[in-house]
Amino acid sequence: MSFFTDPEVLLGTKLLEIVYILIGLVSFNTGIKNALDEKNPSRLGTAIFWCSLGIVLAFGRWIPPIINGILIIVMTIPAILNKVKSGEQDEPTEKEMAQAYNEIGMKIFIPALAMGVSAIIFAIFTDLGALVGVSFGVLIAMVILRIYSERNSLKVFLDDSERFLSLVGPLSMLPMLLASLGAIFTEAGVGEVIAQIVGNIIPEGNVNIGIVVYALGMMLFTMIMGNAFAAITVMTVGIGGPFVLKYGANPALVGMLALTCGYCGTLLTPMAANFNIVPVAILDMEDEMGVIKNQVIPSLFLIVFQIAYMIMFK
Amino acid sequence: MEWIKLIGVFIVILGFALKLDSILIILVASIVTALVGNMGITGLLETFGTSFVANRSMAIFILIMLVTGTLERNGLRNAASDLISKVKGASPGKIIGIYGIMRGIFAAFNVGFGGVAGFIRPIILPMAIGAVESKGEKIHEDHLEEIKGMASGMENVAWFFCQVLFIGGAGGLLVQSTLASLGYNVELIELAKVEIPVSIFALAVTIIYYYLKDKKLMKKYYGASLREGK
Repeated sequence: MSFFTDPEVLLGTKLLEIVYILIGLVSFNTGIKNALDEKNPSRLGTAIFWCSLGIVLAFGRWIPPIINGILIIVMTIPAILNKVKSGEQDEPTEKEMAQAYNEIGMKIFIPALAMGVSAIIFAIFTDLGALVGVSFGVLIAMVILRIYSERNSLKVFLDDSERFLSLVGPLSMLPMLLASLGAIFTEAGVGEVIAQIVGNIIPEGNVNIGIVVYALGMMLFTMIMGNAFAAITVMTVGIGGPFVLKYGANPALVGMLALTCGYCGTLLTPMAANFNIVPVAILDMEDEMGVIKNQVIPSLFLIVFQIAYMIMFK
Repeated sequence: MEWIKLIGVFIVILGFALKLDSILIILVASIVTALVGNMGITGLLETFGTSFVANRSMAIFILIMLVTGTLERNGLRNAASDLISKVKGASPGKIIGIYGIMRGIFAAFNVGFGGVAGFIRPIILPMAIGAVESKGEKIHEDHLEEIKGMASGMENVAWFFCQVLFIGGAGGLLVQSTLASLGYNVELIELAKVEIPVSIFALAVTIIYYYLKDKKLMKKYYGASLREGK
């Protein structure tokens, strides 16, 4: 409690901590609901995953790092053993959705856009931060939906969030786990080793060549791994930092575009199965590479555009 | 023997190539890297705990899910399909292009319509087929195959390159934390701003390419009879 009453702590930081507690509670709700769901084939594993995640998210600030570390390892075990499942799901029927659309109509876009608008407003006009803005937008959207229809009770929101979270499952944690892997790489000195190797190939101090290697490296490494999120930490610590940013290039521009250069790789690889192979099955296509083939030209245009953009505005 | 530190990177590459469980790969790579980097088990757990808590912002999507499902329940997808069906003089290329614009704008606000399974297959494909049939033609199988590929490509390009405009999206948050670990502190809004030209270029180049490609295909498969119809 002393944290929230401490006048030294910024209001934005306090509010963000409340946001994390809410996120933790939503995650906890998912765990408890699945634990009580007799239709869930793996009640215990699912509950362990979502509840320990909820604890770390809600109270991580006050828990010693080593305990957080243990909780995260505990959380990954049911995920690895494929014991995080979804139970009974109360999906909306086509009829229900069509009926709601008849009542609400195009006004449904107002709450849908609330989060993004709120994030922009908070980021530009307040010191509270974009994430507090997103959260405020979620609240606004819930209130508007409730005004549109009495049926949208708190229980409906909680049940629907549980339905979607269970659907996405543990893989939703991938960006956070990859960020942690990146932290371990950095701590163990992996970046320096890569920097040494790359340093033998490209001349130090030539930022333009650094940018080209960083961008193409992101694209190729993403093609191999099938995931730009997995590539960004290693490539940034190993190449982006020592060969581009160190010489004064704009970190927001180069760092962020490196990620979207990685996305050019995502468009070209069957390793990104969710985006390029699963649609082939969903749409009953003849050619397994049918989606990728249609993405080659846009992807090549985009990588050239992004490299030029980075070099011109670094 | 500094090179041994790269073993974690190779575990990740190998693991993804062998299509092993992603979380398992990350865990094994972390443990092995921590051990060869002389961090020990305590160092591993502490780094994991600290980093995960520092990156809790990436879990913001959990809060967003409080409205995602309920928006769908209240007819968001129906509204989107109604919006896109207002296209005049429809051809498959035009429908895919309009969908790209709509998808891109809403992606910037982190609003999805169900992806390939939830939107392309049930809504965009029938519309594209309908557009060909309304010209008195039966859709050619090869043309249909290309339409499927282009619609999926539009879906991917619009989502990838416009979702980065959402302030608080996973991509921006990961870049922010990666840069912070190197000592560069950047605001989320700056990260979104630099992507604006990329998003516009991505949408424009893909829409134009698919539009021209579809026009060529229309001519190739139905050219002669279309002219006769006139």
